[in-house]
Amino acid sequence: MKADIILSGVGGQGIVSIAATIAQAALDNNLFIKQSEVHGMSQRGGAVYSHLRISDREIASDLIPLGHADIIISVEPMESLRYLPWLKEDGWLVTNSTPFINIPDYPDLKSLHLEIEKFPNHILINADEIARQVKSPRSSNIVMLGAASPFLEIPIENFEQAIGKIFGRKGEKIVELNIQALHAGREYSLTHQKEKV
Amino acid sequence: MEKLLLLGAEAIAQGAIDGGMSGIYAYPGTPSTEITEYVQNNKIAIERNIHRNWSANEKTAVEAALGMSYAGKRAMACMKHVGLNVAADPFINAAITGVNGGLVITVADDPSMHSSQNEQDSRFYGKFAMIPMLEPSNQQEAYDMAYESFELSEKFKIPVLMRITTRLSHSRSGIKRKEIKSENPLTYPDDPIQFVLLPSNARKRYKGLLGIQSSIEEAAEKSKYNKYIDGKDKSLGIIACGIAFNYLMENYPENNCPHPILKIGQYPMPYSLLDKIVNECDKILVLEDGYPFVEEQIKGYFDKSGKITGRLNGAIPRDGELNPDIVGKALGKEVKQFFKIPEIVKNRPPELCSGCAHRDIYTALNETMKEFGKQKVFSDIGCYTLGALPPWNAINSCVDMGASITMAKGAADAGVRPSVAVIGDSTFTHSGMTALLDCVYENTPVTIIIADNATTAMTGGQTSPATGRLEQICIGLGVKPEHVRVLTPLPKFHEEMIKVIREELLYEGVSVIIPRRECIQTATRSKKEQRVKAEEVTQ
Repeated sequence: MKADIILSGVGGQGIVSIAATIAQAALDNNLFIKQSEVHGMSQRGGAVYSHLRISDREIASDLIPLGHADIIISVEPMESLRYLPWLKEDGWLVTNSTPFINIPDYPDLKSLHLEIEKFPNHILINADEIARQVKSPRSSNIVMLGAASPFLEIPIENFEQAIGKIFGRKGEKIVELNIQALHAGREYSLTHQKEKV
Repeated sequence: MEKLLLLGAEAIAQGAIDGGMSGIYAYPGTPSTEITEYVQNNKIAIERNIHRNWSANEKTAVEAALGMSYAGKRAMACMKHVGLNVAADPFINAAITGVNGGLVITVADDPSMHSSQNEQDSRFYGKFAMIPMLEPSNQQEAYDMAYESFELSEKFKIPVLMRITTRLSHSRSGIKRKEIKSENPLTYPDDPIQFVLLPSNARKRYKGLLGIQSSIEEAAEKSKYNKYIDGKDKSLGIIACGIAFNYLMENYPENNCPHPILKIGQYPMPYSLLDKIVNECDKILVLEDGYPFVEEQIKGYFDKSGKITGRLNGAIPRDGELNPDIVGKALGKEVKQFFKIPEIVKNRPPELCSGCAHRDIYTALNETMKEFGKQKVFSDIGCYTLGALPPWNAINSCVDMGASITMAKGAADAGVRPSVAVIGDSTFTHSGMTALLDCVYENTPVTIIIADNATTAMTGGQTSPATGRLEQICIGLGVKPEHVRVLTPLPKFHEEMIKVIREELLYEGVSVIIPRRECIQTATRSKKEQRVKAEEVTQ
């Protein structure tokens, strides 16, 4: 088993939490992991990404080679496209449809969505709206993790446990809300895939 | 024992704690900050009361760590590469004094300048100081090396430099831990004048340092971190230092590299292993993150044969960090890329947070400076450096920590009026105080804006020794109390800020303006933590 994952978004959108959750779930499955992330200057509202690699064999590089990523998980639509040079030919693009607009020349949202829909293997999900529906508006990043979960060979229970470990410090209620967000995202992704088939 | 999931930086911290460290001294700087932060929150470190507060700057950090080593305990100082420039004085001299308890200086280099002013390679400093160096290739080695580094330092009685780069520091992996060692007891150096670097003693000590060079070379030869991995195809031999080894192996997923490999993780360079690979192979490719440190030393000036390749002949780009694709290309492998970035994607540069106090002070400063002309605002290193970018374009320099005040002084001496410096509260205590003293000494007409957000914001909100006492420090250094002006940077005080700034710009002497409002990030975080605590109490 091997999954090379690119996580992308804007500084402060919670991609570190997604990465930590997948990494924890992978570790609980006795998989090898390497997860590299961006700190410092670029976190101030700039584009951020993380390379996350999980495998049942030892992993050499902390960085994914170009054209090797199995999946790009993005919490923001434009940022999902920035890392395309890393995506495999048949890789998946799983992205939030809600934009984070903090630049004056942000592209037209419809054209952006059209660009994403060009990919046969894509999931375009309004994670912010789904997070609001499960009454956890801050959990749109975990909705995205849920949406990506069908493409990662890790049982859903392991993600639930990982959420418990990572958000446990913030209280039981936060853990529950995030688990609901995880399932809501997963559900959307599974039905969307079926509709396509 | 269960594996821990740790960043490379955190693995070093855990290794040092488990290796019996009694104190860590550091000034925050990306990509090194997480080492000290990890110690600050670690259970064993708290139980043992390991020293773990931030230092005013990297020089004070190394000196304090040296003092702890003098007392027989194991100490670490941490910094980013440019911090080692600040600490260069005690760093080089610590090699001459030698150490008592193990002393490790951990430096995180930033090739590709993800958040730095330059790419300098700390291995040159290690060679300059003539001390052993460790360079881990992965997180487990980072842990193991930190754990063993104090012993290495105590064995040779000199400091050890541990060098990592951004990628390893900020990448997470599973770590197997070792048994926790106890701390050293208090002891004093064997030689009572060892730490007195008067010329007569220093000469003796220096000879001693030169005298042990062959044994530290021998230790590197025998080190398990320097490994010769044989291969049948001797048309090429590959030397891979630190993390470069991972990028190399990424290109051979079945561990089937046909060429001999020399993996380097401990310096001084393992010369006999180098001899072997250079003699056995027709060509040599040197893979190292940072400067061509190894390449230059083995190439020498007169080698025009082209046998040695790497960053110097363009086989590897001269700047920027390594990655598997750059290494693959140098090995003649094809890089497959299926998609390009669509044109619709726009750049998204970092910016000052919305609600940040620096926004308000720059807005007021820009408006005031319109009356006085452009190119007169010297700035420093921190979040406020983002004021150099649109829409503010408010500052005209960022060189090194503390340089804003001294550059403004030099410009004022040259006749620039007004001459303005913008510096943060943490940067001010790091390196601005002595600069201010120079201004006071000559009553130089400068206006110094100390943008006080009560934290070291750029690196994520570490405590700053200046918090709550900036006016006291400035007045204590000799600034006239009536020219120390405190403001609250908020849009509603815009006109008042302009008035005060204008008054001080017109004053022919040293004036300090302190716009003070807590960093929006730390304020939000502490509010959130208070809320969680309150909820826990009510539950």
